[in-house]
Amino acid sequence: MKNSNVIISVKNLVKNYDDFKAVQGLSFDVYENEIFGLLGPNGAGKTTTLEIIETLRQKTAGEVTVDGFSIDHDSSAIKRIIGVQLQAAGYYPNLNLVELLELFSGLYGVEVNPMQMLEKVNLQDKAKAKYKALSGGQKQRFSIATTLINSPKIIFLDEPTTGLDPQARRNLWDLITEIRSNGTTIVITTHYMDEAEQLCDRVAFVERGQIIALDTPDKLIDNLIASGFERKKEVKKANLEDVFINLTGKEWRED
Amino acid sequence: MQSPYSHTKATLALAKASFRSIMRSPSAVVFTLAFPLIFILVFGFLGGGGTKLDIAIAPQSDLQNPIITSLEKMPIIRLTKNDNLSNINKSLVKGNYDALITVEKNKNGVPAYFTIVKYTSASLDKGNILKSILNELSYKLNTQNIKPTVTEIKSSTVNGRLYRTIDFILPGQLGFSLLSTGVFGTAFVFFSLRQNLVIKRFFATPVKRSSIVLGEGIARIGFALLGALFIILIGHFCFNFTLVNGFTTVVNMLILATMGVIVFMGFGFVVSGIAKSESTIPPIANMITLPQFLLSGTFFSIDAFPTWLQPISRALPLTYLNDAMRKIAFEGAGLWEVKHQMLIILIWGIVIYSVAVKTFKWE
Ligand SMILES: Nc1ncnc2c1ncn2[C@@H]1O[C@H](COP(=O)(O)OP(=O)(O)OP(=O)(O)O)[C@@H](O)[C@H]1O
Ligand SMILES: [Mg+2]
Repeated sequence: MKNSNVIISVKNLVKNYDDFKAVQGLSFDVYENEIFGLLGPNGAGKTTTLEIIETLRQKTAGEVTVDGFSIDHDSSAIKRIIGVQLQAAGYYPNLNLVELLELFSGLYGVEVNPMQMLEKVNLQDKAKAKYKALSGGQKQRFSIATTLINSPKIIFLDEPTTGLDPQARRNLWDLITEIRSNGTTIVITTHYMDEAEQLCDRVAFVERGQIIALDTPDKLIDNLIASGFERKKEVKKANLEDVFINLTGKEWRED
Repeated sequence: MQSPYSHTKATLALAKASFRSIMRSPSAVVFTLAFPLIFILVFGFLGGGGTKLDIAIAPQSDLQNPIITSLEKMPIIRLTKNDNLSNINKSLVKGNYDALITVEKNKNGVPAYFTIVKYTSASLDKGNILKSILNELSYKLNTQNIKPTVTEIKSSTVNGRLYRTIDFILPGQLGFSLLSTGVFGTAFVFFSLRQNLVIKRFFATPVKRSSIVLGEGIARIGFALLGALFIILIGHFCFNFTLVNGFTTVVNMLILATMGVIVFMGFGFVVSGIAKSESTIPPIANMITLPQFLLSGTFFSIDAFPTWLQPISRALPLTYLNDAMRKIAFEGAGLWEVKHQMLIILIWGIVIYSVAVKTFKWE
């Protein structure tokens, strides 16, 4: 990540919900083509921050630019170059996946082949299924497919792997890495630290609306070790998750 | 540089999606089509394909005269000649007879006969039809005479068309179909799109709010018109629903239907905004649709209502939609001739949309 261009710049972002200060002066940059992780406990302000960048919520104060566009004046230009997976979202009722993708291609004003989009997330067998009839993991994969429709420069993934089984999670990592290798910048939130360590080039730890650490996972770990930290128990060569993966195989589960 | 974004494309994509969704939603299809069609079937068959006027001939009446002979030839009229007077009077009160006719020979020469008609308030509608038939008949018979020495010839503007039950029922059912699809459909769709965060996901795309409303509107109107056309055609081909000017009448009815459903959608927007949960939508929507269903002349002419109720009926938009529909379909009126009704519907539209703008919620 040398010589990187800033694609998202957040400066002194503040968000108050009435009296409650959800975000208190966040500043960070996201570089082009990196996978940037926002980590932190429940209620830290991750979703709020993402949705302000996505122009879905109004900020209270601060400055945010996305690919040179300001969220204050150019929200429609921003929406055209980003793909958004919301932590909680719904899809138009009574439509199957292909029809939903057709709808989104109309909303983004682009031509896509719905089946190809579904293949990217391995849902081609569910083409005629309704969103409601999908399993949790399939729903997440479908959501990611909808973020890719407009070939965005940046995609935002808000806890995309929450509720997924271990191999579905790993397959999603592969997908995310593949998306990144096509030149897309990815901003992701997660509560799984192994995931952040594996996926993210840099992570920011957010607590109570403030950034308390921001660096590469490696660097953050090294810093901790340098401070004299030691794990209480020597770890075995494998853990239960490895057992799970080993027992159940690594393919996408068509549950 | 990016190609320019097309709001039209986005709107149409939404309209298509919404239309597909509506067509697959059982409640929409039931309320818009099945429900009105059931009423049309029931009344269509009950009406036996047409109104009959049941007329008793008084026992003491003269029977060998051109008036009775002409009446006997009319398919719409059923004469009963051999009932006794007390029975006739009882039946008149109940409305089983629509009128009692006595024809007397005039001993003084001209006119040759007096025709005495006794109507019943139990059957005013049919009484009016009979009145116009008799007017027409007397005009014809009197002008046949070489020396028209008749005391009064009323020129009648009433059309001699057979006014069937379906001609009354179908426009009412059509109005109800438009009302329920406009109010319920719109209220549920926007409430659930908002509640289930579908709209939030839309907002993450470049689509404009107006495109969302417009796209939904196009789909809803398209669906309502399709339903209306279906109802009109079934009525016409299965139950002889009168379309005076054929295709033109259908087009006029559809234009009026469009206007109606747009106004009713306004109510739907309001309901979707004020409803606190999905389960409060039906009661609120019923508060809007039910009074109109009952009081707007869907099943009975509002003239049959008690006088204190009539002003309420005359305040409701559906009353004017039904009225205009009937005038267009049966009397062959053009849109300009129902401008009064359309104006009132329009005023309702302006009022309801100004409320909707205030109450509508996006998130
Ligand atoms: N619409 C809202 N109105 C009022 N308060 C809100 C609203 N949305 C979020 N909050 C509050 O703001 C804080 C930050 O919420 P946010 O959803 O950004 O947290 P998060 O970091 O995404 O948490 P999680 O890990 O649970 O998803 C929380 O305390 C939440 O209660
Ligand atoms: Mg969150």
